[in-house]
Amino acid sequence: MRLVIFSTLILGIMHFSGIVFAEETQPRIDTGDTAWMIVATALVMLMTIPGLALFYGGLAKRKDSLNTIAMSFVAFSIVSILWVIYGYTLAFGKDISGIIGKPTKLFLSGIGINSISEAAKTIPEYTFIVYQLTFAAITVALVSGALIERMKFSAWVLFCILWMTLAYLPVAHWVWGGGFLARIGALDFAGGTVVHINAGIAALIGAIMLGKRSDTSLIPHNLTMVATGAGLLWFGWFGFNAGSALSANGLAGAAFISTNTAAASAALSWMFIEWLYLKKVTILGISSGAVAGLVAITPAAGFVNIIGAIIIGIVAGIVPYFVVAKLKPRLGYDDTLDVFGIHGIAGTLGALLTGLFADPAINEAGKGLFYGNPSQFFIQILAVAITIAYVSLISRLIFLLIRLFVGLRVDRNDELIGLDESLHGEKAYSLHI
Amino acid sequence: MKKIEAIIKPFKFDEVVQGLLQAGIASGITVTEVKGFGKQKGFVGIYRGKEYEVRFLPKLKIELILNDEDVEKAMKIIKEKARTGEVGDGKIFVFNLEDIMRIRTGERGKEAL
Repeated sequence: MRLVIFSTLILGIMHFSGIVFAEETQPRIDTGDTAWMIVATALVMLMTIPGLALFYGGLAKRKDSLNTIAMSFVAFSIVSILWVIYGYTLAFGKDISGIIGKPTKLFLSGIGINSISEAAKTIPEYTFIVYQLTFAAITVALVSGALIERMKFSAWVLFCILWMTLAYLPVAHWVWGGGFLARIGALDFAGGTVVHINAGIAALIGAIMLGKRSDTSLIPHNLTMVATGAGLLWFGWFGFNAGSALSANGLAGAAFISTNTAAASAALSWMFIEWLYLKKVTILGISSGAVAGLVAITPAAGFVNIIGAIIIGIVAGIVPYFVVAKLKPRLGYDDTLDVFGIHGIAGTLGALLTGLFADPAINEAGKGLFYGNPSQFFIQILAVAITIAYVSLISRLIFLLIRLFVGLRVDRNDELIGLDESLHGEKAYSLHI
Repeated sequence: MKKIEAIIKPFKFDEVVQGLLQAGIASGITVTEVKGFGKQKGFVGIYRGKEYEVRFLPKLKIELILNDEDVEKAMKIIKEKARTGEVGDGKIFVFNLEDIMRIRTGERGKEAL
């Protein structure tokens, strides 16, 4: 082990002095890394079901709470299947001109227990595949928060299939699969652009295209569930961010601590700002702030030091607050659970702030403006802009297609009865057996 | 026989029940969580930095059946125990009761009380 560290150091130093090696380190499965990544994968899975399902489900009206939970469950299930059929190979297969991966590993063909991906050289490819699967799944599930209480279930199923295929896979490839955004040097440690900007923009487009709910009131039917869900998200996020080091090493530790720090900072900054304006501290505010902080630190986790993490967290608790509390009512769109306001905005903030705060002492792959590399900030702006442009376009197209084929909204009457009863024939709470 | 329905503030429930039991006039009490509004306005809730009004407030509805002569006493006890002096303390409704049947034995009227 010592020898390995030593030789890595030597390699690192040589790399710094500009010596380019023809041969990189030989891919070899490391049991410690593998064990951690299996656990991290399970942690990220927990974020979607039940984490996000509870977070969203508790915020929904009582009569729509099961439908809201079902949207996360079915998103996870659909993506799980599509990912192993074609998702993985299109996102992480051999690059085709920077745009998409080669479909050579359909149904994971050619992959065995000894296979190792180019993208993660110390763990089995199988582990890497399922780790990435959980990211794709939560990204799709995140969008549902903007669409609840009025969307047809068939429309949601179609959305999961089309959007994962046409929006998530290309962007994941561009950033992580060796595509063009990776080549221009955009930094995205765990998915600020791929996951949160992606989902946030799609959510905004979807909310606008579906239109407002008949009853636009927002009265969470069970805040205990919301807080439980937020807690599970926070917990699972350690797998999301620290796992994105793809190894059980110091970088994972750095990502872990900056994740927790930013989440706590944002929970507190949201709490204080609500306290200041409305004279009360709310558990929904603390939970929402924590989630916004987790979102914002996602692209930055393995790049920034602890001061960067604190600042990113504070900003992430304040800016989304104003977007959600002030801007949204003024613009009038019904992004029901603030997927755009929290994930879109905090994701963008995080991606941009990574360009400022990336500290080469944490990760030599990232050097931000404050460390003498102003161009990084502009690369971040470019990556964000390209992602927003592409995702808004493709999402609009997808919603139009779905509207054409099955329609987006349930009948007004079904909406008033509540989707749990009208779509599922179930009730979240009943008095008698 | 009379039936009393009292809508009260939930946190006054224990006192009211204690009072009725100590006076020895309640042979049984049924309680339901209800929501409603009267003169008391709702309250202002906060959702992610925005205020919203909640019109229907949670209350408890107590139902009990009494002999005619105990009604005044019961009303007095409920009034004393449930009162805070602020708007929203609730109301007491008194109804004439036609008949009662105890399901187990089939007893009717006062026998079933």
